[in-house]
Parts: sequence; C-alpha cells; structure tokens
Amino acid sequence: MNTKKRWWTRSRREALDGYVFMTPAILGLLFFMLGPIGASAYFSFTEYDILSTPKWVGLDNYVNLFKDSLFWQSLRVTMIYSVVSVPLGLTVSLALALLLNKNIRGIFLFRTIFYLPAVMSGVAVALLWKWIFNPDFGLINWAIGLLSLEGPKWFIDEQWALPPIIIMSLWGVGGSMLVYLAGLQGIPTDLYEAAEIDGANKRKQFRHITLPMLSPVIFFNLITGIIGALQVFTEGFIMTQGGPNNATLFSVLYLYRNAFSYLQMGYASALAWVLFLIILAFTLIIFKSSPMWVFYEGNRRSGK
Amino acid sequence: MNTVTPTNHAPVRRGMSRSQSERLSTWFSYALLVLGSIVILVPFAWMISTSLKMKADVYIFPPQWIPNPIQWHNYVEAFTTFPFDLYTYNSLIIVVFVLIGTLFSCSFSAYGFSRLQAPGRNFIFMVLLATMMLPSAVTMVPIYLFFNKLGWVDTFMPLIVPAWFGSAFFIFMMRQFFMGIPYELEDSARIDGCSTYGIWARIMVPLSKPVLVTVAVFTFMGTWNDFMGPLIYLTDENKRTLALGLSYFQGSARSAPDLHLLMAASLYAIAPCVILYFLCQKIFVKGMVFTGVKG
Repeated sequence: MNTKKRWWTRSRREALDGYVFMTPAILGLLFFMLGPIGASAYFSFTEYDILSTPKWVGLDNYVNLFKDSLFWQSLRVTMIYSVVSVPLGLTVSLALALLLNKNIRGIFLFRTIFYLPAVMSGVAVALLWKWIFNPDFGLINWAIGLLSLEGPKWFIDEQWALPPIIIMSLWGVGGSMLVYLAGLQGIPTDLYEAAEIDGANKRKQFRHITLPMLSPVIFFNLITGIIGALQVFTEGFIMTQGGPNNATLFSVLYLYRNAFSYLQMGYASALAWVLFLIILAFTLIIFKSSPMWVFYEGNRRSGK
Repeated sequence: MNTVTPTNHAPVRRGMSRSQSERLSTWFSYALLVLGSIVILVPFAWMISTSLKMKADVYIFPPQWIPNPIQWHNYVEAFTTFPFDLYTYNSLIIVVFVLIGTLFSCSFSAYGFSRLQAPGRNFIFMVLLATMMLPSAVTMVPIYLFFNKLGWVDTFMPLIVPAWFGSAFFIFMMRQFFMGIPYELEDSARIDGCSTYGIWARIMVPLSKPVLVTVAVFTFMGTWNDFMGPLIYLTDENKRTLALGLSYFQGSARSAPDLHLLMAASLYAIAPCVILYFLCQKIFVKGMVFTGVKG
C-alpha cells in the first residue's frame, strides 16, 4: 500500500515535470501553429483586408483562384522550378558529399570551402547572382563571350529568366551536403570490408551498400527539398520581382503580393491552402513510395 | 582476370592494382575538389574585387580582376549612404534575443520529450513534427494578423518572441542527442539529491555542447539572413535589419544600383556569418555527425 502510493507520486511527479519541460513547445504549438492554421482556414472563406471585419464569401476565393490566370502562371513557374532544381540539388549535394567523405589530405579545407556558400544566403547571395547573370556586365556572359558566343539575355528574356534562379539554387546545397556527409559517416565500415572480401568492386559497393544505407537521408533531403522548393520566395522577390512578364512569379511571391500589397488576406489564405494541399500531396506520394526504395537500418539482418 | 586465381596469389595481385587505382581516384578527387573550389571562390573573388573598384570601372567589360586604383574608400562610403551601424545594431539585438530564446526553449522542451514519461508525450511530439511539414505560407497571414492585434507590428517582438517557444526542427535535433546520453549519469545525480531541473541544467546542457553550438550556428545564420520576417513586420526605416537594408540598397526600378558600394555592404553583412562559421566549424561538423539524421 505504502510503496504503491509512493510509486504513484513518483510517476505523477515525473509526468508533471515532463509537462513543465514541454511547456514552451506546447505553447508554441497553440499560439503560433494550431491557432493560425485554423484562422487561415477560416479567412480563406472570407473577403478580408485587415482593416475591416472579414466578410463570409463561401467558396468564392477558391472559385476565383481557378479562374485567375496569374495563379496558374505562378503554379507553373513553381512546378518547373521544383521539378528541375530538386533532383539537380539532390544529385549535386550527394556527389559533393561523396567527394568530401574521402580521407585525403586537406579535406578539412575543402569541406570549409564547399560549405561556404551555405553560410551566406538570402539577400546578399541573391544580389551577387543577379549581378553574375547580368546580360551586359555579368561574369557568365563574359565567360560565354570568351568562347566567342553570345550569352542569353538572362532575366530580360522571358525564356531565360528562370534558369539562372535554378542554377543559383545549387549554390545553397551545402546544407543537404552536410546531412549526406553525416549519413555517410554513419555507415559501418565493416559492410564495405565484407563486400570487398566477396569481391564487389567500388561501383557495386556504392549501389548495394552506400545507396541503400543512405536512402533514409536521401528521403529526408528529398522531402525537405520539395517543401523548400515549392516555397521559394526571396530569389524571385529580390532578383526579378516576378518578371519579366511573370516568368518568375513564384507561388509564395504571388501570395505575398495578394496579402501585403493588395491587402486581400482572404484570397491569399485560399492561395496558401491550395499550395499547402499541393505540398501535402507531393509529400504523401513520396511517403507512400518510400517502402519501395527507402531502406531502414533497423530491418537489416547483419549477414557476413 | 576472370579466371580463378590461386588463393595465395590473389591478395598480392589485387593489392597492387588496388593501390594504383586508388592513387588514380585520389588524383581525380583532387582535380574535382580544386575545380569545385574555383567555381565557389570565383564569385567571392569577384565580390571583393568589385567592392574595391571605382564606380566607372565596375561596368568595364570584360571584367577587370585587380582594381586600379584600389578604393578602400568604398567601404566608408557604403556605410555613410545608409545607416548600416543602425541596421547592424537592429540585427544584433534580434539575433541575440532569438539565440537565447531558441537555445533555452528548445533544449528545455527537448529534455521533456526525450527523458520524462508523461501521458500524451509522444502524441504531442508527433503533432510538433507534423508542423515541420506545413509550409510557413499557410500560417503567415494569420500570424501576421495575430501580431497586428497584439500591436506588435513594426516592433521586434514578432521576430523575437516565437523563438522563445521552441522550433520543431531544433527540438527534434536536441531530442535525438539527449537520448544518446547514458541514464547512469542522471541516476547518480538523482541519488546525490539533484532535482529534474538540476539534471537538465547541470548534466544535459553541459553534455550537449556540440548540438547547442550546431543549433546556435543555424539560428544565427537563419536570423541574420532572414529577409521575409523583417520585410513583413518592420515598416519604420529606423528598425530595418541588415538583410532588409541591403535589399533597399540595390537601387530601384529607375536607378541602377551602385554595384561597388553594394558589394562592399554585402561583404560587410556576410562577414559575421563567415567568421562565426570558421570559429564553430570543428564543433559544428562534429555535432552534425553525432546527431546525423538516420532512419
């Protein structure tokens, strides 16, 4: 009886402490997540300019979205950007990580240099690249000129406005490269030794050990990469302001304009929800497909 | 090579060809690394070079790599054109408070999520993780309205206060790290009469320095470079942050930017991040490996 009572006090005490420790996160969820999520769902069914009270309009915002050519344009731009930049970024950062995982002299210096671009991000980098791709004075067209060719009118010609932003996105692969590097260093070396004894060459080792062992990390980078790419904003805002002729009008940029330039909060919320559903759909598809290609170490039976 | 070689010969033959191919692959790696470094460093070099040019020379085509004469004065001019000291001060204020808030709230919450049994704990954690998958665009508008109602728009509060309520990403990261700390340490502290809060402060936090530094570096860079937050919440010119100030520095639709001054200002804005990364690099990379994302 006595021990039972004491046991109860102790576990209740622990639970209480647990809730106290979790308080910041729980309050954060309530204040900055669940409330705003519910509110934005509500606003998406209203007409709202912040100054006056929201007016219920039912599905009007969503219906208007479908008729809004700028919405479709922004969606198209965002999709093209994501479809090209995500696989490109995944491949490049994996290749870099493999290269930087080698045990060779000076690797520390190289790791520093290759991570450097990730250190500087945002406005400064957007401005730097805007300048590098300047059709008249930029580095890229100068280099193309050395081959006695004429570079495209980056950012000015509609067709050539998006590619520089995609190329520029590769500048920021340092973060996912670091995650790959961490994953690579977590692969037990005995697997490679065993494979070598079995006569597997480097290519086979990569295909049958490195890739499967790394697949959870690839999965992580793919999910976060897609979520990030579908929400790209700063580059379009700073480098091109969505132009020329909306060729770089990303979805979040269009959302930003509706919300903060035109003060159409209801419409912007509807836009946000459509974007959310699209991102969710992509994420779910990848999650569903993951058993086919993501290999979790917990399932590994250590053979030889 | 396809024929079966006697076992006692195999190691010797294979050893030789392997060391040759390894040397080749090392040279190949070096070539790729150097090439990649050049690609990365050229834009940096160009930035530095331009920041020291005369205005007229910036537009010389093909570009002139070594400025003549070297205009150290550009840096002085960049800082007098815009109140960069004020912007830096604003950025620093925000970064310092965000750093303290993030480190405290995330390590505090992470301890609850990793070590203390409480009903519903795992459910709350899953909800927290789910918010990582939500685009910030969904909540951007209502959060803005929420802060507007509180009268916080055009103050630093919206940029600082949320950091005091944890971030799913960092809580997750720290949780993984805490879970790797042996229970024995905790138990012996408890026997010595240490409270749960004492264990957090005296054992968990000191033992998790690498992950704290990792979080600190990520937080510093994210906040220092944050563009959208200040853009949305700050309208008063005197409250602008460095990242925001830079974007106004790029000229307007009508006037071309002064590239030489712009690059001087950009380099100035990047410098703290680069210095911080160099200082933290060793611990940073270690922390990343330790908490590496694994299935």
